[in-house]
Amino acid sequence: MVSIDIETESGQKEALRRMLTIRAFDTKAGELFGDGELPGFVHLYIGEEAVGVGACSALEEDDYITSTHRGHGHCIAKGLELEEMMSELYGKANGYCNGKGGSMHIADVDAGMLGANGIVGAGPPLATGAALTSQIKGEDTVALAFFGDGAVAQGQIHESINLAATWDLPAIFLVENNQFGEGTPVEKQHNLQNLSETAEAYNIPGFTVDGMDVTAVYEAVKEARKRALAQDGPTFIEADTYRYRGHFEGDQQPYRTDEDIAIWKENDAIEQFRKRLIDAGTITESEFDEMESEISEQVEAAAKTAKEAKYPDPNEAYDDMFNASVPEINDFAQQMRTDGGEDR
Amino acid sequence: MSTESMPSSGPSDTEEMTVREAIRLAMQEELNLDEDVFIVGEDVGEFGGVFEVTSGLVDEFGEDRVRDTPISEAGFMGAAVGAAATGTRPVVEIMFADFLGVCSEQIINQMAKNRYMFGGKTEMPVTVRTTEGGGMGAASQHSGTLHTWFAHFPGIIAVAPGTPRAAKGLLKSAIRSDDPVFVFENKAMYEQTGDVPLDEDFTIPLGTANVEREGDDVTVVATQRLVGESLELADKLAGETSVEVIDLRSLYPLDTDTLVESVDKTGRLIIADESPLSYGTHAEIATRVMENAFFSLDAPIQRVGVADVHIPFSPTLEEEVLPDADDVKAAIDRVV
Repeated sequence: MVSIDIETESGQKEALRRMLTIRAFDTKAGELFGDGELPGFVHLYIGEEAVGVGACSALEEDDYITSTHRGHGHCIAKGLELEEMMSELYGKANGYCNGKGGSMHIADVDAGMLGANGIVGAGPPLATGAALTSQIKGEDTVALAFFGDGAVAQGQIHESINLAATWDLPAIFLVENNQFGEGTPVEKQHNLQNLSETAEAYNIPGFTVDGMDVTAVYEAVKEARKRALAQDGPTFIEADTYRYRGHFEGDQQPYRTDEDIAIWKENDAIEQFRKRLIDAGTITESEFDEMESEISEQVEAAAKTAKEAKYPDPNEAYDDMFNASVPEINDFAQQMRTDGGEDR
Repeated sequence: MSTESMPSSGPSDTEEMTVREAIRLAMQEELNLDEDVFIVGEDVGEFGGVFEVTSGLVDEFGEDRVRDTPISEAGFMGAAVGAAATGTRPVVEIMFADFLGVCSEQIINQMAKNRYMFGGKTEMPVTVRTTEGGGMGAASQHSGTLHTWFAHFPGIIAVAPGTPRAAKGLLKSAIRSDDPVFVFENKAMYEQTGDVPLDEDFTIPLGTANVEREGDDVTVVATQRLVGESLELADKLAGETSVEVIDLRSLYPLDTDTLVESVDKTGRLIIADESPLSYGTHAEIATRVMENAFFSLDAPIQRVGVADVHIPFSPTLEEEVLPDADDVKAAIDRVV
C-alpha cells in the first residue's frame, strides 16, 4: 500500500477517500448479504471508519496489523484491493484466501494484514509476535493490533500486552470501543471508566482518543509508532467510536434504539472530516461528490466481478493444509469419494 | 524401511548420548545454522528448562534467542504464531503437555488454521516441544500424555521420538519444517542413552516410522518410553517368540506402509502407547492396519495404554496405571 501522509492536503483527501470507500464497501456488503448473495455472515465496520483509516495512515507499508471480526475496514485502510475482498466475501476462487476464509478471515500478509479473526481477543498475541519478529530481525517496523472493547475482557490480550511491555516490543494495542461487545453494552462488561486505564497495569502509556476524529486517531498512533521505534515499548490506545450496524447483519439489536444511533450519527466521522476539508479549502463540494461517485462505481464493479467470478474447484478443499505434502489428506479424500459396495 | 537421511559426504560419526543431550544438540545446531530460529518458553534461559533440556543455550546464543517468558502460555504461544507468520522460526517449550490446554486457542484457531484459512498464503514454521508421561510422582496435572489431541487436529504435524537418535532427527526436521510441528517428549526418557549421529545435516523425515528390531511372530508398534521397553522385552523373548519392534515416531502423518508391511509379515499387532485407550492413537493405528492389512491379521489387534483414568500420585497407584513391558508381554501372550 501507499502510506498516507495525513498532514498534507493530498494525504487528507486520500484518508477521506479510504473512509468513503470503507463505508461504500460495507454498505454494499450489507445489501448483498441482505439479498442472500453472500454465504456465512458479515460484520460491518460502518461508523468506525476514522479509527481504521486514522491508525493505518500513521503506519508504513511494511508495518503489520491484526484485525477483528469487523475486518473489511482495516483491509481497505491498509490498502487491500476491493475486487479480491469482495470475491472472498462471495467465496470465490479469486478472493484473497481463494475462498477458504470469507469475511471473517481476509488476510494479505504481503500487505502487512495478518488477518481478520473470528476469535475475540486472538489478534493481540499475533501482533505481539509480529513485533517480536521486528525486534529479532532488527527491522524498523511496528505491529498494531486492532481489537474491540469486548476483547478487553479476554485473558490472552492481557498476556500479550504484558509480554510486549516486558520485552519493549514495537507493538501498538488499539481498542476500538464501539460501545458494544456483540450485544452487550460496554458498561456491563467492564468496571473501568476508560478502557485505556488498562495501560497502567502494564506500566505503558495509555490514551483515550475521539475515534470519530480521524486526525486524533492518526496523531495518537503516530506518537505510539515513534515510541515503538525508539524501543520504548508498546502503547495502549482506546478510540471511542460507534458501530452503526448490528453485531452481525440481521442482528435485531434489542439492546439499543434508533435514537441512540442518531446521537452518534450527529458526530459522524466522515461528515465531520468532509466539512473540515471543505472549510479549509482542501476539497470542494463537487470534488467530494465526484470522489463519492467514483468510489461507488469501483465498489459496484468489484461486486460485479466477484459475482461473476468462479467458485473454487471442489478439489481445492484439500489444498493449503501444509507446506509439506501429507499423503493422508489425498488418501482420505479419495476414500470418501469412492462408492461403497466394492470389494477391497 | 530405511528412512533417515544421511548425506554421503560429511562426518558420519555417532556418539552415545542421552535423549536430553540429543534434543539439546539438535537445537544448538539449528540455532547455529539459521539465525531466524529462536527458543521461547518458561525458564528456558538461565534456569535451563525444568528438565535441563535447554541448559547452556542462553550462554551460547544470548537472551534474544533463548527467551524466558512470563508464565503466560496463551501470550507466548500466540506471539510465536505471529512471529512465525512474519518470518521467524520459533521453537516453543511448553513445560508440561498438560498446560497445552491453557494456550489451546492460539494452537487450534490460529496456528493450525492460519495457512488453510488464508488460502495457503502464509507459512507457519512453529515447533512446539513439550513433555508428556508419568512415572515421576508428578500427579495428574503434570503427567498426562495428550498427543492424540493434537495429532487429531487438522493442520498440526505431531511426532513422538522413542530413541535418542529419533529425538535429534525429528526435532531438526521439525525446526526446518514450514508447518507447525509438535514434538512430544516423554519425560521418563531424558536419561535414556543411544547412538546419535553428529552430522548437522542428519534429519529424520516427519511421517516415517522405523523398524528398530526385526521379527517374525508379532509386531509391537510402540511410542516413546515403550519403544525401549519393548526392545528389551524382545531381547528377553528371543528364541521363544520373535518380536518385531517399530518406533512409530510420527503420530501424524502416520507411516501406514511400514506398519502394513510388518503386519503382512507377522500377522499380529500390539499397539503400545502411553495415552488413554479410548478414541485415540491406538484406535487410529488399528484402523489403518484393518483398512490395509485386514486379511494378513491372524489374531485380534491388542492395545496397551492407560485405562481411561488420570495419572495418580501415590507410587502404588501410578505404577498400576502406567503401561510397561509386562503389559506388552501380556498382550503378546494373548495372541501368540
